[in-house]
Amino acid sequence: MFSFFEKIGDHGLYYLEQAGRMGLFLLACVWRMVTPPYKLFPAVRQIHFIGARSIFVILFTGGFTGMVLALQGYYTLRKFGSEGLLGAAVALSLIRELGPVLAALMVVGRAGSAITAEIGIMRNSEQIDALECMAIDPCRYLMVPKFIAGIVSLPLLTAVFDMVGILGGYLVGVMMLGVNGGTYFQGMYSSVDWNDIEMGLVKSLVFGLLIVWIATAKGYFLHWERSGGFGAEGVSRTTTSAVVLASVTVLVWDYLLSAIML
Amino acid sequence: MTVKQEKQFSSARIAIELVDVKKSFGNQQVLSGVNLQVEEGTTTVIVGASGQGKSVILKHMLGLMKPDAGQIKVFGQDVASASRRQLKEIRKDFGVLFQNVALFDSMTIYDNVALPLRERTEAGEEEIRANVEEKLNMMDLHGVHEKFPAQISGGMQKRVGLARALVLDPKIVFFDEPTTGLDVLKSNEIYRLFHDTQARLRYTAVIVSHDVPKIFKLSDRVALLAEGVIQSSISPEEFQRSDNPLIRHFVETTMGPIYSSEKEETAPL
Ligand SMILES: Nc1ncnc2c1ncn2[C@@H]1O[C@H](COP(=O)(O)OP(=O)(O)O)[C@@H](O)[C@H]1O
Ligand SMILES: [Mg+2]
Repeated sequence: MFSFFEKIGDHGLYYLEQAGRMGLFLLACVWRMVTPPYKLFPAVRQIHFIGARSIFVILFTGGFTGMVLALQGYYTLRKFGSEGLLGAAVALSLIRELGPVLAALMVVGRAGSAITAEIGIMRNSEQIDALECMAIDPCRYLMVPKFIAGIVSLPLLTAVFDMVGILGGYLVGVMMLGVNGGTYFQGMYSSVDWNDIEMGLVKSLVFGLLIVWIATAKGYFLHWERSGGFGAEGVSRTTTSAVVLASVTVLVWDYLLSAIML
Repeated sequence: MTVKQEKQFSSARIAIELVDVKKSFGNQQVLSGVNLQVEEGTTTVIVGASGQGKSVILKHMLGLMKPDAGQIKVFGQDVASASRRQLKEIRKDFGVLFQNVALFDSMTIYDNVALPLRERTEAGEEEIRANVEEKLNMMDLHGVHEKFPAQISGGMQKRVGLARALVLDPKIVFFDEPTTGLDVLKSNEIYRLFHDTQARLRYTAVIVSHDVPKIFKLSDRVALLAEGVIQSSISPEEFQRSDNPLIRHFVETTMGPIYSSEKEETAPL
Protein backbone atom coordinates (compact mmCIF):
# COMPACT_ATOMS: atom_id res chain seq x y z
CA MET A 1 0.00 0.00 0.00
CA PHE A 2 2.72 2.38 1.05
CA SER A 3 4.89 1.47 -1.86
CA PHE A 4 1.96 2.15 -4.17
CA PHE A 5 1.85 5.81 -3.12
CA GLU A 6 5.61 5.93 -3.19
CA LYS A 7 5.51 4.75 -6.79
CA ILE A 8 2.95 7.36 -7.77
CA GLY A 9 5.01 10.07 -6.11
CA ASP A 10 8.11 8.80 -7.80
CA HIS A 11 6.47 8.86 -11.22
CA GLY A 12 4.99 12.26 -10.51
CA LEU A 13 8.36 13.69 -9.57
CA TYR A 14 9.98 12.18 -12.63
CA TYR A 15 7.44 13.69 -15.00
CA LEU A 16 7.62 17.03 -13.25
CA GLU A 17 11.38 17.00 -13.57
CA GLN A 18 11.16 15.98 -17.22
CA ALA A 19 8.67 18.77 -17.91
CA GLY A 20 10.95 21.28 -16.19
CA ARG A 21 13.95 20.15 -18.20
CA MET A 22 12.05 20.34 -21.46
CA GLY A 23 10.69 23.76 -20.56
CA LEU A 24 14.14 25.16 -19.85
CA PHE A 25 15.39 23.54 -23.04
CA LEU A 26 12.68 25.33 -25.03
CA LEU A 27 13.61 28.67 -23.46
CA ALA A 28 17.29 28.09 -24.21
CA CYS A 29 16.59 27.24 -27.83
CA VAL A 30 14.22 30.13 -28.42
CA TRP A 31 16.69 32.51 -26.80
CA ARG A 32 19.46 31.31 -29.10
CA MET A 33 17.13 31.57 -32.06
CA VAL A 34 16.52 35.27 -31.52
CA THR A 35 20.06 36.30 -30.60
CA PRO A 36 23.00 36.54 -33.03
CA PRO A 37 25.00 35.06 -34.66
CA TYR A 38 22.39 34.03 -37.20
CA LYS A 39 23.33 31.35 -39.67
CA LEU A 40 21.28 31.03 -42.80
CA PHE A 41 22.61 27.91 -44.48
CA PRO A 42 21.93 25.35 -41.73
CA ALA A 43 18.36 26.64 -41.42
CA VAL A 44 17.85 26.34 -45.18
CA ARG A 45 19.06 22.76 -45.06
CA GLN A 46 16.59 21.93 -42.34
CA ILE A 47 13.77 23.67 -44.20
CA HIS A 48 14.62 21.45 -47.10
CA PHE A 49 14.41 18.40 -44.86
CA ILE A 50 11.36 19.28 -42.76
CA GLY A 51 9.53 21.33 -45.36
CA ALA A 52 10.41 20.55 -48.94
CA ARG A 53 10.75 16.82 -48.46
CA SER A 54 7.33 16.65 -46.80
CA ILE A 55 5.62 18.14 -49.86
CA PHE A 56 4.71 14.86 -51.48
CA VAL A 57 2.99 13.41 -48.45
CA ILE A 58 1.21 16.73 -47.87
CA LEU A 59 -0.07 16.85 -51.47
CA PHE A 60 -1.33 13.33 -51.16
CA THR A 61 -3.05 13.61 -47.80
CA GLY A 62 -4.35 17.10 -48.55
CA GLY A 63 -5.92 15.97 -51.80
CA PHE A 64 -7.67 12.98 -50.29
CA THR A 65 -8.81 14.92 -47.24
CA GLY A 66 -10.49 17.49 -49.49
CA MET A 67 -12.05 14.73 -51.56
CA VAL A 68 -13.55 12.91 -48.62
CA LEU A 69 -14.74 16.18 -47.09
CA ALA A 70 -16.60 16.98 -50.30
CA LEU A 71 -18.04 13.50 -50.46
CA GLN A 72 -19.28 13.49 -46.86
CA GLY A 73 -20.28 17.14 -46.97
CA TYR A 74 -22.30 16.63 -50.13
CA TYR A 75 -24.44 13.88 -48.64
CA THR A 76 -25.04 15.84 -45.45
CA LEU A 77 -25.76 19.15 -47.15
CA ARG A 78 -28.07 17.54 -49.71
CA LYS A 79 -30.40 16.52 -46.90
CA PHE A 80 -30.99 20.22 -46.28
CA GLY A 81 -30.97 21.10 -49.92
CA SER A 82 -27.94 23.30 -49.53
CA GLU A 83 -25.33 21.70 -51.76
CA GLY A 84 -24.33 25.23 -52.72
CA LEU A 85 -22.55 25.57 -49.38
CA LEU A 86 -20.20 22.71 -50.19
CA GLY A 87 -17.31 24.98 -51.15
CA ALA A 88 -17.61 26.95 -47.93
CA ALA A 89 -17.85 23.81 -45.82
CA VAL A 90 -14.80 22.23 -47.38
CA ALA A 91 -12.72 25.40 -47.23
CA LEU A 92 -13.61 26.30 -43.64
CA SER A 93 -12.99 22.79 -42.31
CA LEU A 94 -9.63 22.72 -44.02
CA ILE A 95 -8.42 26.20 -43.20
CA ARG A 96 -9.54 26.33 -39.59
CA GLU A 97 -9.01 22.77 -38.51
CA LEU A 98 -7.95 19.93 -40.71
CA GLY A 99 -5.22 21.69 -42.64
CA PRO A 100 -3.07 22.69 -39.66
CA VAL A 101 -3.76 19.51 -37.69
CA LEU A 102 -3.26 16.97 -40.43
CA ALA A 103 -0.24 18.73 -41.89
CA ALA A 104 1.24 18.82 -38.38
CA LEU A 105 0.57 15.13 -37.82
CA MET A 106 2.20 14.29 -41.14
CA VAL A 107 5.27 16.31 -40.19
CA VAL A 108 5.37 14.58 -36.79
CA GLY A 109 5.44 11.23 -38.52
CA ARG A 110 7.89 12.17 -41.21
CA ALA A 111 10.28 14.70 -39.70
CA GLY A 112 9.61 14.59 -35.96
CA SER A 113 10.56 10.95 -35.63
CA ALA A 114 13.67 11.50 -37.73
CA ILE A 115 14.74 14.45 -35.58
CA THR A 116 14.38 12.51 -32.33
CA ALA A 117 16.31 9.58 -33.74
CA GLU A 118 19.07 11.80 -35.10
CA ILE A 119 19.57 13.77 -31.89
CA GLY A 120 19.13 10.68 -29.76
CA ILE A 121 21.84 8.80 -31.62
CA MET A 122 24.12 11.81 -31.30
CA ARG A 123 23.49 11.83 -27.57
CA ASN A 124 24.08 8.10 -27.28
CA SER A 125 27.35 8.10 -29.18
CA GLU A 126 28.71 11.08 -27.22
CA GLN A 127 28.58 13.34 -30.28
CA ILE A 128 26.71 15.93 -28.24
CA ASP A 129 29.35 15.71 -25.50
CA ALA A 130 31.97 16.14 -28.20
CA LEU A 131 30.26 19.32 -29.40
CA GLU A 132 30.22 20.70 -25.87
CA CYS A 133 33.87 19.89 -25.36
CA MET A 134 34.69 21.75 -28.56
CA ALA A 135 32.92 24.76 -27.04
CA ILE A 136 30.22 24.50 -29.69
CA ASP A 137 26.78 25.09 -28.24
CA PRO A 138 24.61 22.09 -29.19
CA CYS A 139 21.41 24.12 -28.86
CA ARG A 140 22.63 26.77 -31.23
CA TYR A 141 24.35 24.43 -33.61
CA LEU A 142 21.86 21.56 -33.76
CA MET A 143 18.51 22.78 -32.50
CA VAL A 144 18.10 26.36 -33.70
CA PRO A 145 18.10 25.48 -37.43
CA LYS A 146 15.44 22.86 -36.75
CA PHE A 147 13.30 25.30 -34.78
CA ILE A 148 13.50 27.87 -37.55
CA ALA A 149 12.67 25.21 -40.10
CA GLY A 150 9.66 24.03 -38.10
CA ILE A 151 8.26 27.51 -37.70
CA VAL A 152 8.82 28.41 -41.35
CA SER A 153 7.76 25.11 -42.89
CA LEU A 154 4.56 24.29 -41.07
CA PRO A 155 2.55 27.35 -42.20
CA LEU A 156 3.71 26.83 -45.77
CA LEU A 157 2.90 23.13 -45.73
CA THR A 158 -0.46 23.93 -44.20
CA ALA A 159 -1.18 26.41 -46.98
CA VAL A 160 -0.33 23.77 -49.56
CA PHE A 161 -2.49 21.26 -47.73
CA ASP A 162 -5.46 23.65 -47.71
CA MET A 163 -5.09 24.50 -51.35
CA VAL A 164 -4.78 20.94 -52.56
CA GLY A 165 -7.65 19.98 -50.28
CA ILE A 166 -9.87 22.62 -51.84
CA LEU A 167 -8.95 21.36 -55.29
CA GLY A 168 -9.65 17.79 -54.18
CA GLY A 169 -13.03 18.96 -52.96
CA TYR A 170 -13.64 20.57 -56.35
CA LEU A 171 -12.73 17.36 -58.10
CA VAL A 172 -15.25 15.32 -56.14
CA GLY A 173 -17.92 17.93 -55.51
CA VAL A 174 -18.03 19.63 -58.89
CA MET A 175 -16.65 17.16 -61.36
CA MET A 176 -18.07 13.97 -59.88
CA LEU A 177 -21.15 14.95 -57.89
CA GLY A 178 -22.26 17.76 -60.13
CA VAL A 179 -22.24 20.77 -57.81
CA ASN A 180 -21.97 23.98 -59.80
CA GLY A 181 -18.36 25.10 -60.07
CA GLY A 182 -19.11 28.80 -59.74
CA THR A 183 -21.23 28.17 -56.65
CA TYR A 184 -18.44 26.09 -55.12
CA PHE A 185 -15.97 28.94 -55.27
CA GLN A 186 -18.51 31.71 -54.67
CA GLY A 187 -19.60 30.09 -51.39
CA MET A 188 -15.99 29.85 -50.36
CA TYR A 189 -15.28 33.43 -51.31
CA SER A 190 -18.15 34.85 -49.30
CA SER A 191 -17.73 32.77 -46.14
CA VAL A 192 -13.97 32.54 -45.57
CA ASP A 193 -12.64 35.70 -43.94
CA TRP A 194 -9.37 36.83 -42.46
CA ASN A 195 -10.15 35.40 -39.00
CA ASP A 196 -10.26 31.92 -40.42
CA ILE A 197 -6.95 32.32 -42.18
CA GLU A 198 -5.46 33.78 -39.03
CA MET A 199 -6.61 30.87 -36.94
CA GLY A 200 -5.04 28.41 -39.37
CA LEU A 201 -1.83 30.41 -39.47
CA VAL A 202 -1.50 30.71 -35.70
CA LYS A 203 -2.20 27.03 -35.26
CA SER A 204 0.38 25.99 -37.80
CA LEU A 205 3.02 28.27 -36.28
CA VAL A 206 2.39 26.89 -32.80
CA PHE A 207 2.36 23.30 -34.07
CA GLY A 208 5.65 23.86 -35.87
CA LEU A 209 7.24 25.02 -32.64
CA LEU A 210 5.69 22.24 -30.56
CA ILE A 211 6.70 19.46 -32.92
CA VAL A 212 10.33 20.52 -33.17
CA TRP A 213 10.49 21.20 -29.45
CA ILE A 214 9.23 17.76 -28.44
CA ALA A 215 11.25 15.96 -31.10
CA THR A 216 14.55 17.65 -30.26
CA ALA A 217 14.07 17.63 -26.48
CA LYS A 218 13.20 13.93 -26.42
CA GLY A 219 16.37 13.14 -28.33
CA TYR A 220 18.51 15.55 -26.34
CA PHE A 221 17.39 14.11 -22.99
CA LEU A 222 17.52 10.53 -24.17
CA HIS A 223 19.85 9.61 -21.32
CA TRP A 224 17.23 10.74 -18.80
CA GLU A 225 14.51 8.53 -20.25
CA ARG A 226 12.86 6.53 -17.51
CA SER A 227 12.61 3.38 -19.58
CA GLY A 228 16.36 3.56 -20.29
CA GLY A 229 17.58 5.44 -23.34
CA PHE A 230 20.41 3.09 -24.12
CA GLY A 231 21.44 1.61 -27.42
CA ALA A 232 19.39 1.12 -30.55
CA GLU A 233 16.36 0.03 -28.57
CA GLY A 234 16.50 3.11 -26.38
CA VAL A 235 16.52 5.30 -29.48
CA SER A 236 13.61 3.47 -31.04
CA ARG A 237 11.57 3.56 -27.83
CA THR A 238 12.24 7.24 -27.33
CA THR A 239 11.37 8.00 -30.95
CA THR A 240 8.06 6.22 -30.56
CA SER A 241 7.23 8.07 -27.38
CA ALA A 242 8.21 11.38 -28.99
CA VAL A 243 5.83 10.73 -31.90
CA VAL A 244 3.00 9.84 -29.54
CA LEU A 245 3.65 12.82 -27.28
CA ALA A 246 3.91 15.23 -30.20
CA SER A 247 0.71 13.95 -31.82
CA VAL A 248 -1.25 14.19 -28.59
CA THR A 249 0.19 17.63 -27.87
CA VAL A 250 -0.84 18.86 -31.32
CA LEU A 251 -4.41 17.71 -30.77
CA VAL A 252 -4.63 19.16 -27.27
CA TRP A 253 -3.25 22.50 -28.42
CA ASP A 254 -5.58 22.44 -31.39
CA TYR A 255 -8.48 22.36 -28.97
CA LEU A 256 -7.00 25.02 -26.71
CA LEU A 257 -6.25 27.38 -29.58
CA SER A 258 -9.71 26.89 -31.08
CA ALA A 259 -11.28 27.61 -27.71
CA ILE A 260 -9.19 30.73 -27.23
CA MET A 261 -9.64 32.14 -30.71
CA LEU A 262 -13.30 31.40 -31.32
CA MET B 1 63.87 12.11 -25.07
CA THR B 2 64.77 15.72 -25.60
CA VAL B 3 61.14 16.67 -25.24
CA LYS B 4 61.03 15.41 -21.70
CA GLN B 5 64.12 17.27 -20.63
CA GLU B 6 62.89 20.56 -21.99
CA LYS B 7 59.66 20.05 -20.14
CA GLN B 8 61.40 20.12 -16.80
CA PHE B 9 62.08 23.81 -17.20
CA SER B 10 58.66 24.94 -18.28
CA SER B 11 56.56 22.88 -15.91
CA ALA B 12 56.00 25.42 -13.20
CA ARG B 13 52.35 26.10 -13.86
CA ILE B 14 49.55 23.74 -12.81
CA ALA B 15 47.21 23.09 -15.71
CA ILE B 16 44.66 20.93 -13.94
CA GLU B 17 44.08 20.39 -10.27
CA LEU B 18 41.51 18.13 -8.64
CA VAL B 19 40.83 18.70 -4.97
CA ASP B 20 38.86 16.10 -3.02
CA VAL B 21 36.50 15.30 -5.86
CA LYS B 22 33.66 13.01 -4.88
CA LYS B 23 31.05 11.48 -7.13
CA SER B 24 28.38 8.83 -6.65
CA PHE B 25 25.79 7.41 -8.99
CA GLY B 26 22.81 6.41 -6.89
CA ASN B 27 24.41 4.57 -4.00
CA GLN B 28 27.52 3.56 -5.93
CA GLN B 29 30.39 5.79 -4.88
CA VAL B 30 32.77 5.99 -7.83
CA LEU B 31 35.11 8.78 -6.77
CA SER B 32 35.71 9.19 -3.05
CA GLY B 33 38.06 12.12 -2.74
CA VAL B 34 40.27 12.32 -5.81
CA ASN B 35 43.30 14.59 -5.66
CA LEU B 36 45.48 15.14 -8.69
CA GLN B 37 47.74 17.80 -10.14
CA VAL B 38 48.72 18.00 -13.78
CA GLU B 39 51.60 20.29 -14.63
CA GLU B 40 51.52 22.30 -17.80
CA GLY B 41 53.29 20.72 -20.73
CA THR B 42 53.52 17.26 -19.17
CA THR B 43 51.85 13.98 -19.93
CA THR B 44 49.90 12.34 -17.16
CA VAL B 45 48.59 8.83 -17.60
CA ILE B 46 45.67 7.64 -15.53
CA VAL B 47 45.65 3.87 -15.18
CA GLY B 48 43.39 1.53 -13.28
CA ALA B 49 41.17 -1.51 -13.72
CA SER B 50 38.15 -0.95 -15.89
CA GLY B 51 35.04 0.37 -14.19
CA GLN B 52 37.08 2.26 -11.60
CA GLY B 53 35.93 5.65 -12.87
CA LYS B 54 38.73 6.80 -15.16
CA SER B 55 36.30 8.08 -17.77
CA VAL B 56 34.31 9.69 -14.99
CA ILE B 57 37.41 11.64 -13.92
CA LEU B 58 37.93 12.86 -17.49
CA LYS B 59 34.30 13.89 -17.77
CA HIS B 60 34.71 15.93 -14.60
CA MET B 61 37.75 17.67 -16.04
CA LEU B 62 35.78 18.42 -19.20
CA GLY B 63 32.87 19.83 -17.23
CA LEU B 64 30.51 17.20 -18.61
CA MET B 65 29.83 15.90 -15.10
CA LYS B 66 29.48 17.86 -11.90
CA PRO B 67 31.11 16.51 -8.73
CA ASP B 68 29.08 15.95 -5.58
CA ALA B 69 31.87 17.69 -3.69
CA GLY B 70 35.33 19.07 -4.38
CA GLN B 71 36.95 21.32 -6.95
CA ILE B 72 38.28 20.85 -10.45
CA LYS B 73 40.51 23.71 -11.45
CA VAL B 74 41.74 24.29 -14.97
CA PHE B 75 44.40 26.99 -15.05
CA GLY B 76 43.10 28.08 -11.66
CA GLN B 77 39.45 28.32 -12.67
CA ASP B 78 36.91 26.01 -11.06
CA VAL B 79 35.11 24.02 -13.74
CA ALA B 80 32.50 22.66 -11.36
CA SER B 81 31.12 26.05 -10.39
CA ALA B 82 31.70 27.80 -13.73
CA SER B 83 28.79 29.30 -15.60
CA ARG B 84 28.00 28.03 -19.09
CA ARG B 85 29.81 30.99 -20.57
CA GLN B 86 32.92 30.52 -18.44
CA LEU B 87 32.89 26.83 -19.20
CA LYS B 88 32.81 27.63 -22.89
CA GLU B 89 35.86 29.85 -22.47
CA ILE B 90 37.73 27.15 -20.54
CA ARG B 91 36.88 24.55 -23.15
CA LYS B 92 38.39 26.64 -25.90
CA ASP B 93 41.76 25.35 -24.65
CA PHE B 94 40.63 21.72 -24.81
CA GLY B 95 41.01 18.98 -27.35
CA VAL B 96 39.37 15.64 -26.68
CA LEU B 97 39.71 12.18 -28.12
CA PHE B 98 36.77 10.21 -26.75
CA GLN B 99 36.87 6.54 -25.88
CA ASN B 100 34.50 5.79 -28.75
CA VAL B 101 35.95 8.64 -30.88
CA ALA B 102 32.52 10.32 -31.23
CA LEU B 103 33.07 11.53 -34.77
CA PHE B 104 30.00 13.17 -36.30
CA ASP B 105 28.80 10.21 -38.28
CA SER B 106 26.67 12.07 -40.77
CA MET B 107 29.54 14.35 -41.81
CA THR B 108 32.51 13.60 -44.02
CA ILE B 109 35.98 13.25 -42.52
CA TYR B 110 36.88 16.65 -43.91
CA ASP B 111 33.83 18.32 -42.41
CA ASN B 112 34.47 16.63 -39.07
CA VAL B 113 37.90 18.17 -38.80
CA ALA B 114 36.74 21.48 -40.25
CA LEU B 115 33.80 21.85 -37.87
CA PRO B 116 35.64 23.47 -34.95
CA LEU B 117 37.19 25.95 -37.35
CA ARG B 118 33.88 26.77 -38.97
CA GLU B 119 32.00 27.18 -35.71
CA ARG B 120 34.63 28.72 -33.50
CA THR B 121 36.70 30.94 -35.78
CA GLU B 122 36.05 33.52 -38.45
CA ALA B 123 38.40 31.77 -40.87
CA GLY B 124 37.42 31.64 -44.54
CA GLU B 125 37.12 28.37 -46.46
CA GLU B 126 40.62 28.78 -47.97
CA GLU B 127 42.25 29.09 -44.58
CA ILE B 128 40.15 26.26 -43.18
CA ARG B 129 41.13 24.00 -46.06
CA ALA B 130 44.81 24.69 -45.50
CA ASN B 131 44.55 23.97 -41.80
CA VAL B 132 42.48 20.82 -42.20
CA GLU B 133 44.81 19.49 -44.92
CA GLU B 134 47.78 20.11 -42.67
CA LYS B 135 46.26 18.22 -39.74
CA LEU B 136 45.07 15.34 -41.88
CA ASN B 137 48.51 15.06 -43.46
CA MET B 138 50.08 15.15 -40.04
CA MET B 139 47.96 12.09 -39.20
CA ASP B 140 48.95 10.33 -42.44
CA LEU B 141 45.37 10.45 -43.65
CA HIS B 142 45.25 10.75 -47.42
CA GLY B 143 42.34 10.40 -49.80
CA VAL B 144 39.70 9.97 -47.12
CA HIS B 145 38.39 13.54 -47.10
CA GLU B 146 35.06 12.73 -48.66
CA LYS B 147 34.48 9.47 -46.81
CA PHE B 148 32.18 9.09 -43.83
CA PRO B 149 33.41 7.81 -40.46
CA ALA B 150 31.63 4.47 -40.89
CA GLN B 151 33.57 3.89 -44.11
CA ILE B 152 37.05 3.94 -42.57
CA SER B 153 38.80 1.60 -40.15
CA GLY B 154 38.92 1.98 -36.39
CA GLY B 155 42.55 3.07 -36.43
CA MET B 156 41.81 5.72 -39.04
CA GLN B 157 38.84 6.94 -37.02
CA LYS B 158 41.10 7.45 -34.03
CA ARG B 159 43.50 9.44 -36.18
CA VAL B 160 40.66 11.57 -37.51
CA GLY B 161 39.56 12.07 -33.92
CA LEU B 162 43.08 13.17 -33.04
CA ALA B 163 43.18 15.56 -36.01
CA ARG B 164 39.87 17.05 -34.91
CA ALA B 165 41.08 17.36 -31.33
CA LEU B 166 44.24 19.19 -32.44
CA VAL B 167 42.82 21.40 -35.16
CA LEU B 168 42.49 24.48 -32.95
CA ASP B 169 45.90 24.04 -31.27
CA PRO B 170 44.54 23.26 -27.81
CA LYS B 171 46.55 23.73 -24.62
CA ILE B 172 45.27 20.55 -23.00
CA VAL B 173 44.38 17.35 -24.83
CA PHE B 174 42.44 14.52 -23.20
CA PHE B 175 42.67 10.97 -24.48
CA ASP B 176 40.28 8.31 -23.25
CA GLU B 177 41.79 4.93 -24.06
CA PRO B 178 43.22 6.04 -27.42
CA THR B 179 44.43 2.59 -28.41
CA THR B 180 41.84 0.24 -26.96
CA GLY B 181 40.54 -2.04 -29.68
CA LEU B 182 43.50 -1.46 -32.00
CA ASP B 183 46.14 -4.00 -32.91
CA VAL B 184 49.76 -3.50 -31.88
CA LEU B 185 50.85 -1.83 -35.12
CA LYS B 186 47.99 0.60 -35.13
CA SER B 187 48.35 1.50 -31.50
CA ASN B 188 52.08 2.10 -32.01
CA GLU B 189 51.09 4.39 -34.86
CA ILE B 190 48.79 6.34 -32.55
CA TYR B 191 51.55 6.64 -29.95
CA ARG B 192 53.98 7.84 -32.57
CA LEU B 193 51.50 10.48 -33.74
CA PHE B 194 50.86 11.50 -30.17
CA HIS B 195 54.57 11.86 -29.54
CA ASP B 196 55.18 13.83 -32.75
CA THR B 197 52.28 16.18 -32.28
CA GLN B 198 53.06 16.83 -28.66
CA ALA B 199 56.64 17.64 -29.53
CA ARG B 200 55.40 20.06 -32.14
CA LEU B 201 52.38 21.61 -30.42
CA ARG B 202 53.52 21.38 -26.78
CA TYR B 203 50.16 20.58 -25.29
CA THR B 204 49.48 19.19 -21.84
CA ALA B 205 48.18 15.65 -22.16
CA VAL B 206 45.95 13.60 -19.90
CA ILE B 207 45.71 10.01 -21.10
CA VAL B 208 43.54 7.24 -19.77
CA SER B 209 45.07 3.99 -20.87
CA HIS B 210 45.27 0.26 -20.32
CA ASP B 211 48.37 -0.04 -22.39
CA VAL B 212 50.81 -0.74 -19.59
CA PRO B 213 53.80 -0.69 -19.75
CA LYS B 214 54.06 0.77 -23.25
CA ILE B 215 52.33 3.95 -22.23
CA PHE B 216 54.92 4.53 -19.49
CA LYS B 217 57.48 5.43 -22.13
CA LEU B 218 55.41 8.42 -23.10
CA SER B 219 54.40 9.63 -19.68
CA ASP B 220 55.86 12.00 -17.14
CA ARG B 221 53.45 11.04 -14.40
CA VAL B 222 51.49 7.89 -13.74
CA ALA B 223 48.35 8.09 -11.63
CA LEU B 224 46.67 4.93 -10.45
CA LEU B 225 42.96 5.14 -9.76
CA ALA B 226 41.88 2.45 -7.33
CA GLU B 227 39.17 2.30 -4.69
CA GLY B 228 37.87 5.69 -5.74
CA VAL B 229 41.14 7.48 -5.02
CA ILE B 230 44.21 8.44 -7.04
CA GLN B 231 46.92 6.38 -5.38
CA SER B 232 49.90 8.18 -6.83
CA SER B 233 51.03 10.72 -9.33
CA ILE B 234 54.65 9.81 -9.77
CA SER B 235 57.13 9.11 -12.52
CA PRO B 236 56.86 5.75 -14.31
CA GLU B 237 60.15 4.62 -12.77
CA GLU B 238 58.94 5.40 -9.26
CA PHE B 239 55.62 3.81 -10.09
CA GLN B 240 57.22 0.50 -10.96
CA ARG B 241 59.29 0.53 -7.78
CA SER B 242 56.55 1.77 -5.46
CA ASP B 243 55.75 -0.24 -2.35
CA ASN B 244 52.16 0.96 -2.11
CA PRO B 245 50.31 -2.40 -2.05
CA LEU B 246 47.67 -1.30 -4.56
CA ILE B 247 50.30 -0.09 -7.01
CA ARG B 248 52.34 -3.23 -6.51
CA HIS B 249 49.26 -5.31 -7.15
CA PHE B 250 48.50 -3.32 -10.30
CA VAL B 251 52.06 -3.53 -11.57
CA GLU B 252 52.25 -7.26 -10.90
CA THR B 253 48.93 -8.13 -12.50
CA THR B 254 49.36 -5.95 -15.58
CA MET B 255 53.07 -6.17 -16.19
CA GLY B 256 54.38 -9.33 -14.58
CA PRO B 257 54.11 -12.20 -17.01
CA ILE B 258 52.95 -10.15 -19.98
CA TYR B 259 55.89 -7.82 -19.88
CA SER B 260 58.42 -10.56 -20.52
CA SER B 261 56.49 -11.89 -23.49
CA GLU B 262 56.28 -8.45 -25.04
CA LYS B 263 59.97 -7.68 -24.69
CA GLU B 264 60.70 -8.26 -28.34
CA GLU B 265 58.22 -5.57 -29.34
CA THR B 266 59.91 -2.48 -30.66
CA ALA B 267 59.30 0.68 -28.75
CA PRO B 268 57.05 3.22 -30.42
CA LEU B 269 59.60 6.00 -30.11
N1 LIG C 1 26.34 8.37 -16.32
C1 LIG C 1 26.50 7.38 -15.44
N2 LIG C 1 25.45 6.96 -14.69
C2 LIG C 1 25.58 5.97 -13.80
N3 LIG C 1 26.72 5.32 -13.56
C3 LIG C 1 27.80 5.67 -14.26
C4 LIG C 1 27.76 6.72 -15.24
N4 LIG C 1 28.98 6.85 -15.79
C5 LIG C 1 29.76 5.94 -15.18
N5 LIG C 1 29.07 5.24 -14.27
C6 LIG C 1 29.61 4.17 -13.40
O1 LIG C 1 30.84 4.61 -12.90
C7 LIG C 1 31.77 3.54 -12.91
C8 LIG C 1 33.05 3.97 -13.59
O2 LIG C 1 32.82 4.11 -14.97
P1 LIG C 1 33.96 4.55 -15.98
O3 LIG C 1 34.51 5.84 -15.57
O4 LIG C 1 33.36 4.48 -17.35
O5 LIG C 1 35.04 3.41 -15.82
P2 LIG C 1 36.44 3.30 -16.55
O6 LIG C 1 37.45 3.41 -15.47
O7 LIG C 1 36.46 1.93 -17.15
O8 LIG C 1 36.53 4.37 -17.56
C9 LIG C 1 31.11 2.36 -13.56
O9 LIG C 1 30.80 1.44 -12.55
C10 LIG C 1 29.87 2.90 -14.18
O10 LIG C 1 28.82 2.00 -14.00
MG1 LIG D 1 36.40 4.40 -19.65
